[in-house]
Amino acid sequence: MLRSLPAEGSGVSERIRLAHGSGGELSRRLVHEVFLRYLLDPELARLEDSAVLSADGLDGACGALAFTTDSYVVSPLEFPGGDIGKLAVCGTVNDLAAAGARPLWMAAGWILEEGLPLDTLERLVRSMAEWSAAAGIRVVTGDTKVVPQGLADGAYVNTSGVGWVPQGRCLGRQRVRSGDRVLVSGCLGDHGVAVMLARQGISMSAHLVSDVAPLHGLVQSLFDAEVDVRWLRDATRGGLGSVLCELAQGANYGIEVEEQSLPVRAEVSGAAELLGLDPLFIANEGKMVVVVPPEDAAAALGAWNSHPLGRDAAVVGRVTEKHPGRVVSLTPYGTSRIVHLPAGELLPRIC
Amino acid sequence: MRYLSDFRDAAACAALAERIRRLAHGAGEMQFMEFCGGHTHAIARHGLRSLLPENVRLVSGPGCPVCVSSQGDVDRAVALAGRDGVTVVTFGDMMQVPGSEGSLQEARALGADVRVVYSPADALRLAVDCPGRQVVFLGVGFETTAPAVAATVLQAQRQGITNYSVLSLHKLTPPAMRAVLDAGEVRLDGVIGPGHVSTVIGAGAWRFLPEEHGLGCAVAGFEPADLLLAVAELVRMVVEGRPEVANCYRRSVSDGGNSRALAVMEQAFQVVDADWRGLGVVPASGLHFRPELADLDAGARLALPKLESREPAGCRCGEVLRGVLEPSQCPLFGSACTPESPVGPCMVSTEGACSAHYLLREAG
Repeated sequence: MLRSLPAEGSGVSERIRLAHGSGGELSRRLVHEVFLRYLLDPELARLEDSAVLSADGLDGACGALAFTTDSYVVSPLEFPGGDIGKLAVCGTVNDLAAAGARPLWMAAGWILEEGLPLDTLERLVRSMAEWSAAAGIRVVTGDTKVVPQGLADGAYVNTSGVGWVPQGRCLGRQRVRSGDRVLVSGCLGDHGVAVMLARQGISMSAHLVSDVAPLHGLVQSLFDAEVDVRWLRDATRGGLGSVLCELAQGANYGIEVEEQSLPVRAEVSGAAELLGLDPLFIANEGKMVVVVPPEDAAAALGAWNSHPLGRDAAVVGRVTEKHPGRVVSLTPYGTSRIVHLPAGELLPRIC
Repeated sequence: MRYLSDFRDAAACAALAERIRRLAHGAGEMQFMEFCGGHTHAIARHGLRSLLPENVRLVSGPGCPVCVSSQGDVDRAVALAGRDGVTVVTFGDMMQVPGSEGSLQEARALGADVRVVYSPADALRLAVDCPGRQVVFLGVGFETTAPAVAATVLQAQRQGITNYSVLSLHKLTPPAMRAVLDAGEVRLDGVIGPGHVSTVIGAGAWRFLPEEHGLGCAVAGFEPADLLLAVAELVRMVVEGRPEVANCYRRSVSDGGNSRALAVMEQAFQVVDADWRGLGVVPASGLHFRPELADLDAGARLALPKLESREPAGCRCGEVLRGVLEPSQCPLFGSACTPESPVGPCMVSTEGACSAHYLLREAG
């Protein structure tokens, strides 16, 4: 039982902590032990980025609808490389793309804090418009609420998105096999470190900007190259490490990651060292993780490397029969360690 | 950034591991303490233990400032956070440490104003930005952190900032090392000297180890090659029977330390006895503000009461901190005590031995 949440009917005064939203172990338990406990839909229980709902037979259509929702609570609202408007569009597009869907429509609900300058809001909404047009997703419905000062961090956005999955396209963890390769589409941790430094007012490098970007084209390049895509995931909050732990958990295979093959910019690596963070677990907003059969790994890597958003893509690991349920990092020194979901918030160490 | 790749070079590390094996061959059992939590973390993260021959063992010491903060100190911090008009500011590691009545994180979830910062300067800035609140920085850390905290206090005094104060829980490392050795509970053949701390106090501060205790000391950086080089040096000293202080972190550490940082510390602090978790009261091992800075001492300004503190039942962090117990030998390790629901501070802090052993355990 989750210690930090109330037992049913007990009225125990345990509270939600920030760590419950960090994408680590507490988030996982919150989802499993509260949300999935009451919301029993099998589609929800798959815990993929989008629900894929069969549309076969609906007005003679074939294929499936992908349906997703997400909320964006970034601070500051504008950061190097993006803003919350762009983030909301890209997050929605990427959740749909991770289901193998073509993004079509989205809804945006804005929760604004009293006192937010109108010109700031205008910049954010203009950014949302520009990026939705660029990604080919239409913002077709929306909502606005204003809350008193102090009750929100400037602005929050909740989005829902709908996309179309062509007939016969089937992705999911049930298709993952031992021997499959794991690829990541580019350098890890750019978003998390850029935002963390922006929040602190630190400018470490002019090159270090958030990677926030719509990845539907990058995903499409895999299908165009006829790669047999087994499983896709948008590595956001919690980073690549959380995505892989989630994939391995409860499965009868393990995942081995080659530490040396992880693409990490020197600036991110340096900042992570300084702050005591592991790039494996730092957030991204423009990185896709894919599992493909070993014979398709070269084609997948080639497709990504020739796409502008996948130039730094790399094969980073493999699915294995060893250590089922676990992710294991292989160091360059011939040693190995278990990769564990972080327990709480990513916090800077003391010295 | 070049340092990272050079000191993580696999071939260099393999050569150092081979040197250790050769030196230690047939030399009998030896046990070295890595005093510093940063080293504990790095050793676990890179799986360095499995590169050492069977007769060379590493044992963790009390070098994690979060872990050695006494239960009473954590309780005082939580009590402060609960006061009206007070904002408690801290480094991240302290948030989750359980006090007798819960952690700072739990206090925040109940409405206390607790903020996490990356540097003490951010805490002072917060005080300037929030003139209506008493901003209290938790001064937790060793000689590494103390100069930066001292600098904020001196700056606050110069600028006449009246709503900033520090609860100084700073501790000094050489007295703690002495206390571990004087207790005689753990047999050691050498010590890996802390890298960041020695950058401030200098490698020379560890000379008492060979001179008074006949133990070698190798001051090390935090990359795999740094640590393996330090172990090789310690093995060499044991084999040759010539204990000394070897500075294996010359790119950061000098013999005399950082005179500017030491001067700032000297200006703000005086040395006092301090209560360490696991070691109890260690003479002349803590830093309190000088009398002329009493206004900036949160303990004095906010009249903190003495609190009845209870150590968590069954928690053996104290023995882990003294190097007497391996984390995995604690009955709570990995069952009742995990990073998600830690019972003791060694499982909370990223520098803590239990957390490092649990999160970074080697794959079988």
